[in-house]
Amino acid sequence: MAKVCQRCGYYNKNSKKACVLCKTPLDGENNSTVPMKYSFYEVQASNRRNSVILMFFLFVILIVLGYFIGEYFEFGIFGIIIAFVVSIISGLVAYYGGKNIVMAMSGARKVNREDETELVNVVEEMSIAGGLPVPEIYIIETDAMNAFATGRSPEHSAVAITRGLMSKLNREELTGVIAHEMSHIKHLDIRFAMLTGVLVGSIVMISDFTLRFFFFGGKKSRKSKKGGNGIILIIVLVLAIISPILAKLIQMSISRKRELLADAGAAELTRNPESLANALEKMSLSTIKLQTASRATQHMYIVNPLKRVSSKSHSLFDTHPPLESRIRILRSM
Amino acid sequence: MIALVIILAIAVIFIGWIISIYNKLIKNKNIVKNAWAQIDVQLKRRYDLIPNLVEVVKDYMSYEQETLENVTKARNMAMNAQGPQKQAQAESMLTGALKSLFAVVENYPDLKANENVMKLQEELTSTENRISYARQFYNDGVMRFNTMIEIFPNSIIAGSFNFKNFEFFETPEEERKNVKVDLR
Repeated sequence: MAKVCQRCGYYNKNSKKACVLCKTPLDGENNSTVPMKYSFYEVQASNRRNSVILMFFLFVILIVLGYFIGEYFEFGIFGIIIAFVVSIISGLVAYYGGKNIVMAMSGARKVNREDETELVNVVEEMSIAGGLPVPEIYIIETDAMNAFATGRSPEHSAVAITRGLMSKLNREELTGVIAHEMSHIKHLDIRFAMLTGVLVGSIVMISDFTLRFFFFGGKKSRKSKKGGNGIILIIVLVLAIISPILAKLIQMSISRKRELLADAGAAELTRNPESLANALEKMSLSTIKLQTASRATQHMYIVNPLKRVSSKSHSLFDTHPPLESRIRILRSM
Repeated sequence: MIALVIILAIAVIFIGWIISIYNKLIKNKNIVKNAWAQIDVQLKRRYDLIPNLVEVVKDYMSYEQETLENVTKARNMAMNAQGPQKQAQAESMLTGALKSLFAVVENYPDLKANENVMKLQEELTSTENRISYARQFYNDGVMRFNTMIEIFPNSIIAGSFNFKNFEFFETPEEERKNVKVDLR
């Protein structure tokens, strides 16, 4: 048995007093909806704080991983140094070049005012509503329906939308979607998403590399010279398997909450939650997958580009709350 | 000696605290002022678009001279209006005149399909939205600033440095029904 939230339809464990997703009290007759705690200053501050904490945590995982791998392959302290250098370089590259890398990876093309007047106008309207500089605007030529924002700060930001989504939405719904992306920019989610994406990426890469090394040939050439090597081997293997999972878990859990806050932010910018709800509904009906999205970028999109989320079931690895719940929350605002 | 150091330290912290509140207030005051300026930018954008619109439409609409004249008149009135009260009134008249102009355009299929008219319609729709979003942003800023200077202990500092409440932008009665117009 599970308790179904009155407001957003989310399935909660019986032990929960309030909905995990939208914080509505679950017990009894009191169905009155509690507005989600929302102030963009708070969100911004918590994103800054979370960024630092998460960075630190992922950094530690990376260093520990580097240390044990170094121990095992007997280059000692160099393991740490390599992990350190890899994370610093990838972090810097992501920070300063991430926007262009992400756009290139997604196959997005920059647009100008003459070709896409309506889109450019809508984006400019939303930057006025949010008091933000106008981001760069990109289009992905595909029938899939999705959108995302990226960048390191509101001054260096970009939004991208697929052709499929643009052609299916009316002006109002398009405004809702762009408002959602603008909220990600305003909340500094974009910086956070980009940095975690890269750090999680490096952890996954190093772990992957280590595991491959063990299973394809690395083992034979490396006879154990020390007694402790066996234990270290186990530690390395366990770490290499667990750390990417752990890193992803953290990334995903924070990503889910940010989507809800960006929905709330969009409603505040447009004063019209219905427009975004309608847009999400249209997106939920589409079955076309976005080819250019990957595990590394999936958490940036407005709806998960890899998974068709029609079920209410949820797992720890979801980057997005169920669409149905998001629509219900928006309609209850 | 120790007592003196403690008193000095407390004084420094106290002054630093006052400065930080003062700076926060100034920062927010400037945000509100800038937000107000942004509204004017968008209004100006609308004034600039209207002559183009009139130019494009007038050849087709020989029987609707009155509607066109109303738009031009409302524009001139809004541009020359003195004081926020009068200006708000004139602006809402202009919005109304534009709305009726586009209602008339609906009756002329040639005109409706004209690419220039379509472009201008999109621009004007966007401008109406920009104006209302700029006002919304201004009002949000005003609310934040007013709350900021009213809560304790900011109120003491706001009072002694003579910070004043900003006024909200109130939508004139006739415009209130449909703030975000879709001109299409």
